[in-house]
Amino acid sequence: MDLAPVLDGFGVVLQPTNLLYCLIGVVVGMLVGVLPGLGPAATIAILLPITIGIEPVTAVIMLAGIFYGAQYGGTITSVLLRLPGEASSVVTVFDGFALARQGRAGTALGIAAVGSFLGGTVSIVALSFVAPLVAGFALDFGPPEYTALALLGILLVATVSSGDRLKAVIAACLGLLLATVGRDGFTGAERFTFDNLSLADGLDFVPIAMGLFGLGEILYNLEERHRAVHAPATVANVWPSRKDLRQSSGAIGRGSVLGFFLGILPGGGATLASLAAYAMEKRRSKTPERFGRGAVEGVAAPESANNAAATSSFIPLLTLGIPANATMAVIYGALLIQGVSPGPQLVDQEPELFWGVVNSMYIGNILLLIMSIPLVGLFVKILRVRATILAPITVLITLIGVYTVNYDVFDIGLVVAFGALGYLMKKLGFDPGPLVLAFVLGSLLEDSLRRSLLLFDGDPTGFLTRPISGTLLVLFLVVVLLPLIRAALPRRRADARRDTKELV
Amino acid sequence: MTSPAGGTHVPGRPGGHPAAGATPQAGPGTPPEVSTPEEFDLEEAIHQVEAEEHEGRPPAAGLLGNLVVAAAVVVLGVAAVVGSLAFDAGSARSPEAGTWPLMVSVVIVVLGLGLVVTARRTTDAERFGRTSWLVLVGLATMVVFVAVIPVIGFEIPAALLAFVWLRFLGSEGWRTSIVTSVALVVAFYLIFVGALSVPIPHLF
Repeated sequence: MDLAPVLDGFGVVLQPTNLLYCLIGVVVGMLVGVLPGLGPAATIAILLPITIGIEPVTAVIMLAGIFYGAQYGGTITSVLLRLPGEASSVVTVFDGFALARQGRAGTALGIAAVGSFLGGTVSIVALSFVAPLVAGFALDFGPPEYTALALLGILLVATVSSGDRLKAVIAACLGLLLATVGRDGFTGAERFTFDNLSLADGLDFVPIAMGLFGLGEILYNLEERHRAVHAPATVANVWPSRKDLRQSSGAIGRGSVLGFFLGILPGGGATLASLAAYAMEKRRSKTPERFGRGAVEGVAAPESANNAAATSSFIPLLTLGIPANATMAVIYGALLIQGVSPGPQLVDQEPELFWGVVNSMYIGNILLLIMSIPLVGLFVKILRVRATILAPITVLITLIGVYTVNYDVFDIGLVVAFGALGYLMKKLGFDPGPLVLAFVLGSLLEDSLRRSLLLFDGDPTGFLTRPISGTLLVLFLVVVLLPLIRAALPRRRADARRDTKELV
Repeated sequence: MTSPAGGTHVPGRPGGHPAAGATPQAGPGTPPEVSTPEEFDLEEAIHQVEAEEHEGRPPAAGLLGNLVVAAAVVVLGVAAVVGSLAFDAGSARSPEAGTWPLMVSVVIVVLGLGLVVTARRTTDAERFGRTSWLVLVGLATMVVFVAVIPVIGFEIPAALLAFVWLRFLGSEGWRTSIVTSVALVVAFYLIFVGALSVPIPHLF
């Protein structure tokens, strides 16, 4: 491995502008994690307009910071309030809150911060070695491989995400359909433009992401009765003791490794990693009965895993050009706006961008560790900011922000329309994540499919004659067919479960 | 006080215990004594946290609502099929502009029919109720914003939007609402028009 570009990458990160944006990113991410309501995907979407004027490296450094920063912040509310700020912190609630009730909130937060830092760092180191290898492997990918990869990626993200799988796949198809709006790249024919000039060049990514994730979420939250938040006034003694550290060191190590691998899988990501790490720790433990009542490992394992996964989910994006989750899809969109198309060539053609972003994560993690231990008290205070005041501010930032991209009022209309769609989707159980992901991959998918069909002279079995595309397509079929087979089997188990729920 | 472990006091629900308790250990013939009353069931606990998150939310939609959603998806898919047929559908040998949209639309129709079949078991759609009017009001303020901004600039509609959201959607006090919305517009004016000179339509 050639070390020069890696070191150059550190040079890029240490430029004052990039350091500043890294800091802004992690602080914003942490705030987003603490404040319930907007998730990292929504925040990154809303901040897309401000990335347009700045350098691509700087932009992605900031957006990445928001993403992994949110994993740190989500812990704070889980531990103190039993409210997971992010989906990936749900399991931290059990032992974290139990510790808090025993007056050991500081221990839980400290262990979580240390675990997050170590998990993130292990994952960055592994990423630095694995990513160039994957990219090298993927350099020979042709249209058939990309077709299969994009199909499988979209399907996995749709089926692994929480909620109804069928609905998530429908959302993904809708995204693919939206991506066809505008002039067809091959024939020049106009599709679904309804003779509207603003649609001739296709739908822009920014209003779609801002509308679906940002406005959609804010509108959805309007229907929620606000719960009173009782934040504890102070959190004492955040430094974990030596005994706690020793007790959780194994959990942190195993969580980091597990998180790294699960993060690479499309659709895997931080949430799945935290769940798996918690379950594994509990199974391995000699005293599993402590879990759920304040076991330090029960905080350490999921928190290390979700940070490791958040970091490693950059691998498919930066090496294959396939985002592994909704947040990565938004970052993918941000790169496309900057004129950078992520893919296997990125490591060689844009080493500054690649290594700049990767290495910024070391710095970001250090910044987060420094901030999260002494500044926990400050972040707890932020919990008192009322959602009712934040909502109109966010709405106005979205509406005016989207205008600044093209200076076009049509875009404001578009963002409102997609906001309405995002609300309806969330309300009716359709996850908007797969839609956005499918939208960004839509033209790549259609393009490679049409090229492949020309290549195979119209014979779809041609996909199976190439080893990589064949394997991926077989996997695709397995993922499609497995739930169908399972659904055909008796459904008694699930029904019985639901009945007991209502009884309790 | 017992809420975090609430799902685990098994003795409280004798009827449902075998089914729910058997899920974690799928092995046949596992003695039921393995799941002691003190055992912490991960799956159960996650369900509980998620349920708590949904506590403030409107109730789930009924069968009719789910059927309407499924029908809407089918209609959307059919419309997309019709729209795609307007372009050259081509063939596998020579894919044209209409080929891909047609494929995707057909999949949407099929999946929509799948939703119709599973409508009875669907639980993740929410009912529209009184609180949904709040969302409609929120959307209306945004529509008004878009409609009038080319005519009278962003200041008045932005202040109005913020005020409606604060006072009526957020139930803040009159004074807080007025002061915050005016301050917001001033801040936006200073940032976007003053500092960044964004050519956004403005009155002043």
